[in-house]
Amino acid sequence: MINMKEVFETNAMVEKENLDVRTITMGISLLDCAGGDVDTVCKKIAEKIKRYAGNLAGTAEGIAREFGIPIVNKRVSVTPIALVGASCCKSPADYLKIALTLDRTASEIGINFLGGFSAIVSKGMTESDRMMIESIPEVLAQTQIICSSVNVGSTKTGINMDAVRLMGHIVKETAVKTADRDSFGCAKLVVLCNAPDDNPFMAGAFHGVTEADAIINVGVSGPGVVKYALEKVHGKSFEVLCETIKKTAFKITRVGQAVAQEASRRLGVPFGIIDLSLAPTPAIGDSVADILQEIGLEKAGAPGTTAALALLNDQVKKGGVMASSYVGGLSGAFIPVSEDQGMIEAAECGALCIEKLEAMTCVCSVGLDMIAIPGDTPDSTISGIIADEAAIGMVNQKTTAVRIIPVIGKGVGDTVEFGGLLGHAPIMPVNRFGCEEFISREGRIPAPIHSFKN
Amino acid sequence: MDKSVITVVGKDTVGIIAKVCTYLAGRQINILDISQTIVQGFFNMMMIVDTSSMDTDFTTLSDELGSLGEEIGVQIKCQKEEIFDMMHRI
Repeated sequence: MINMKEVFETNAMVEKENLDVRTITMGISLLDCAGGDVDTVCKKIAEKIKRYAGNLAGTAEGIAREFGIPIVNKRVSVTPIALVGASCCKSPADYLKIALTLDRTASEIGINFLGGFSAIVSKGMTESDRMMIESIPEVLAQTQIICSSVNVGSTKTGINMDAVRLMGHIVKETAVKTADRDSFGCAKLVVLCNAPDDNPFMAGAFHGVTEADAIINVGVSGPGVVKYALEKVHGKSFEVLCETIKKTAFKITRVGQAVAQEASRRLGVPFGIIDLSLAPTPAIGDSVADILQEIGLEKAGAPGTTAALALLNDQVKKGGVMASSYVGGLSGAFIPVSEDQGMIEAAECGALCIEKLEAMTCVCSVGLDMIAIPGDTPDSTISGIIADEAAIGMVNQKTTAVRIIPVIGKGVGDTVEFGGLLGHAPIMPVNRFGCEEFISREGRIPAPIHSFKN
Repeated sequence: MDKSVITVVGKDTVGIIAKVCTYLAGRQINILDISQTIVQGFFNMMMIVDTSSMDTDFTTLSDELGSLGEEIGVQIKCQKEEIFDMMHRI
């Protein structure tokens, strides 16, 4: 039988160390909603989402109460809308219509975010993909809780540089269209390489075509728990350090597994995966940067940061894999700047720059995330940043992403406040040398040699 | 059997266990195990209970225990045992 020490340990993780389940995300296929008339498609989409996820928020709250573990977000991810809308959308305005339906439906069922206003254009773009992408700035300006993502490359296909060029422009236009809200639209837009089909985290969540009709994916969190555990082994060897991270990751992941199984049972939707992520929040004591400091760095970004992060990321996976029957999604440590108090401080004091963050993305779960840059950054420079990240993902066979916010009207020295889980961030300087000619080339970068494994 | 874990934490005072047990008895909840210690004047108690024949639902139980805690001046939480088993047992 369970003993008192174990019970109090679990409750201390929740009450003092910010343990929570970051999200229960229900993936829903909208492929069967496709058709020739956009209004009919919208109607079918709303009906299907309500049918599957109508009780998602209430069920999650019930589980949170019974287990005593907060479930911070309830989300839905859907089939990439570029696929669903391909046969009925004749213009970006038609895609906007679908987006407004999604936004309204998501609000009605009381979820926090809906992801999947997405296109997968890793190798080429159809006319419909292009229209969908062109609608993104207006969609993000007019909707509240819709998240958008575009996958521009993969290890198998190479990088679609036409899409990379277009996305530099789209990110900027989104910033302009939401300039009155500190270019907040860009916080809901991510450009990916090797995007997973089962990611529960925003803004990159969508329900891939390899998935079943509906599925429950859960993203765990808990950087605070890892940090507190490491404080107890301060100054000990790497062996002790790694063992401690693994054991803690195991416990955190088990919570996710319990919640996921229960949600799956109550909602009658199969369990998909647990995403073993250390997802920080701006709350004090819920920071990945603080873990790096506890490992022994003066600030995140100092020499040694990439090695420390590589170690952390790997031990989280090793500990978490055994705790869950299926793992997937992004799985690893997230390093968003604005969502992590320690990262914000590191950026503010000059310890952390975009180039160091780029190096860190080679060894952690995702990419350049929630980074505010000057609003006058050229489109081609944004495309260049996207291309660099996509190249890291393509060559290293991992997911990478760029969620960058050119804050219109602001420059280096200013700060921007997004609020809530998205936090605040200093505007970080961007390399001022251009890449216009490189980005202007048409076509795609071929897949790397090591992708030919057949 | 439907096991839940009730934890009580707060400043020690007369009658904490009595009040919690009286409430549970009134709700047809059977107590399977009690552990209790006092650490630096702070009362820590854990109960494992069987809620399979209780005459209410889990939400009400949890709310009522919360209010009882406020009356006594302690924090009372009620959670399904599963979450602890998952975390601490392979």
